[in-house]
Amino acid sequence: MSIWEYANPKKFMQTSAWALPWFTGLAAITLVTGLVWGFFFTPEAANFGTTVKIIYIHVPSAMMAINIWVMMLVTSLIWLIRRHHVSALAAKAAAPVGLVMTLIALFTGAIWGQPMWGTWWEWDPRLTSFLILGLFYLGYIALWQAIDNPDTAADLTGVLCLVGSVFALLSRYAVNFWNQGLHQGASLSVDKQENVSDVYWYPLLFCIAGFILLFIVLVLVRTRTEVRSRRLKALEARERLA
Amino acid sequence: MMPELGKYAVSVMSAYGVTVVLLVGIVAQSLWRAARVRRALEAQEQRTGAHNG
Repeated sequence: MSIWEYANPKKFMQTSAWALPWFTGLAAITLVTGLVWGFFFTPEAANFGTTVKIIYIHVPSAMMAINIWVMMLVTSLIWLIRRHHVSALAAKAAAPVGLVMTLIALFTGAIWGQPMWGTWWEWDPRLTSFLILGLFYLGYIALWQAIDNPDTAADLTGVLCLVGSVFALLSRYAVNFWNQGLHQGASLSVDKQENVSDVYWYPLLFCIAGFILLFIVLVLVRTRTEVRSRRLKALEARERLA
Repeated sequence: MMPELGKYAVSVMSAYGVTVVLLVGIVAQSLWRAARVRRALEAQEQRTGAHNG
């Protein structure tokens, strides 16, 4: 069986209908476990005090903000190269979720930064590139809304997605590129020495898994809606012509 | 049960508050639009005699 079978809207609707309850259950369990564990059962940190509990929402949302754009890049490329409608609709469906993740990362970062850095905002490389990523999400959503022809909208938003990928990468690696600003390096790394302490690390892993699963649930629900909306418009157009 | 958050209580609670509001918002908007579009498609399919497999 080929993965391209799922580009067929009917196959996608069947498979996603089967998968959605499982992903929803898993998302609820992992997210609640991670957040309850992190919020109620972790100690305060020597350097951050009790604000360390913000890590359980700030880090997963920031990771998702970047990775959702990468997912949109992949699905946009599939659309631009192979013209599979479901992949273009999946990118469209993911964008508002990505914007919400970016807003959460920016708000929680500002709220965390105020007591730690003494300021809500700083034109630091990572913060600034993240703000620009948020503006790219807004522009992407606005471009879909502004163009009536869905194929043209998918083409142009696909190109915008390619351009915005530069800022998604900058958001991730800005700290390494410029080595300046207030924001610290990554809290998570393949190198265990660079990670946060285990007592924060394990609940954080649950929260990250929960945010990933929540995204999968939302993108499946929203893509199914986009597939139905596309069919609805096609039927309405057929009725008008009849 | 509630952890002692000390002088950072407002910061921690407001961070979680903003997150909950935004997440509940996107979940509610996604479900609301899904239900609205599904109803509209079902009505249209009944009108035109088409079926969505």
